[in-house]
Amino acid sequence: MRAQAGMKLLTHNLLSSHVRGVGPRGFPLRIQATEIRVSPVDFNPDFVTRMIPKMEWTALVEAAESLGHLSELPRQLKEGYEKDEDFLRKVHHVLLEVEVVEGTLQCPESGRLFPISRGIPNMLLSDDEATS
Amino acid sequence: MALPSTLNRYLLLLAQEHLEFRLPEIKSLLSLFGGRFSSHQEIHGNSPFWILSIPSEDIARNLMKRTVCAKSIFELWGHGKSPEELYNSLKSYPMEKMAPFLHSDTTYKIKIHTFNKTLTQEEKVKRIDALEFLPFEGKVNLKDPQHVFSILEDYGLDPNHIPEKPLNIYFGRWIADGQRELIESYSVKKRHFIGNTSMDAGLSFIMANHGKVKENDIVFDPFVGTGGLLIPSAHFGAYVCGTDIDYNTIHGLGKASRKNQKWRGPDENIKANLRQYGLEKYYLDVLIADASKPSWRKGLFFDAIITDQSHIPVSFNYHLSDMFIDLLNFAAETLVLGGRLVYWLPVYIPEYMEEIIPRHPCLKLISNCEQRLSSHTARRLITMEKVKDFEDQDQYSHLLDNQFLPYKGLNSFREKYFSGVTKRIAKEEKSSQE
Repeated sequence: MRAQAGMKLLTHNLLSSHVRGVGPRGFPLRIQATEIRVSPVDFNPDFVTRMIPKMEWTALVEAAESLGHLSELPRQLKEGYEKDEDFLRKVHHVLLEVEVVEGTLQCPESGRLFPISRGIPNMLLSDDEATS
Repeated sequence: MALPSTLNRYLLLLAQEHLEFRLPEIKSLLSLFGGRFSSHQEIHGNSPFWILSIPSEDIARNLMKRTVCAKSIFELWGHGKSPEELYNSLKSYPMEKMAPFLHSDTTYKIKIHTFNKTLTQEEKVKRIDALEFLPFEGKVNLKDPQHVFSILEDYGLDPNHIPEKPLNIYFGRWIADGQRELIESYSVKKRHFIGNTSMDAGLSFIMANHGKVKENDIVFDPFVGTGGLLIPSAHFGAYVCGTDIDYNTIHGLGKASRKNQKWRGPDENIKANLRQYGLEKYYLDVLIADASKPSWRKGLFFDAIITDQSHIPVSFNYHLSDMFIDLLNFAAETLVLGGRLVYWLPVYIPEYMEEIIPRHPCLKLISNCEQRLSSHTARRLITMEKVKDFEDQDQYSHLLDNQFLPYKGLNSFREKYFSGVTKRIAKEEKSSQE
């Protein structure tokens, strides 16, 4: 049976807690992973180059590090990264190949936990908790 | 009417289904590839024959690599309402445009297609022979020619009233076929993971085309269900993700929708569907989330939002018109500039009017195509394009009285309309299942 897929760090970089009152302090969610998977994905430099400007770079580096997969990513983006294939491959690996199969995402402001089960994060809040 | 001399004319042969969806599909694709849809185009409503002016053959080929509405495209060399008109038209087609395809080193064949009429073999040969005046110098090769030419005869649309003589005759050089075979290869019948509302493959590809999806885009579906709408975008090279509020559907659990199957197997989930077609690498993630309470940080992430939320049960507190306002606000906030929102709007035909379509100051309405469901109900595929950046006050625009007075009355009308529609559609579905 095929191994279970998991949440990618690209997705994690876009997610925020929307517990009432936290606003922009709901990002980034802290990952607590009990099961991680590394799974190869075809390298596409054009896609990676397109994604880098959309990412919150510091949050990406921190998330990769918290999973033990920093993969030599620099803490700051350097000029001309578009032409650095080595660098793009490292970013590709971190964005798309490191997956959280089981664990939780924690709102940094409220502490609320969002479970990740079988690779799928559950972001549902009760009516009381959610932003109106 | 003089045509710009830099544009070449092409004959587009279309399939006779999803008639209303064809023009927006072709327009969207032409604009995706740098062509522009000008008013010189000769489009005749429900006809399968359109004459388009396209700047280059490359653009025509790119169009055909995406369209599921069009069967083939031909470089138009001549046309007329009678054989004589056709021959005159061919005689005035510039020699220098013909020459590369006629010279002695080439091989060719001539085919003839008739629409709404059948000809005998003898009649077909006669028509092909009548073109002997064309300066073909190459060799005929029926098996594997370099160039294929076609005569197309149009006998109208009414199978009960077939005219003696064709209404239009066209002659052109075949360039490429469209992607209609995708409809069969991606058929829902063969798919591993389906739900009760999995959509017909043709329509799902049309949606990706209305959405102008391109390679390396990120496409999002906020009501992803079994992921059927992600597949065409992935096929066109976009990376896909989605959310759904239903835990069981996302995890591939619970009762299966396929007859004779009891429970969903472990291989039944959205990623498995993509894997079935070799599109796994385009799968980003799916999440369990409430589309009306999105969990994204601030930013412009999505190149297209393509969804079908018509299967979502509407709760007492969450009115259908609110769902559309939320969807449009969400699109305005998270789409890149120029990005598209494609979604379905339920319609009760006797009361439908164009003003019912939800509007937003940041989004421009591109197209609105009806798919009839029953004699009184339909749904419309709405395509909108983000033309203006989102500023917070836009969210409340529908509540502001003086500035947006037209919307105020419309919103209460919409409210009544949509709650009525949902009840009617539910009623009709129930009675059709009995």
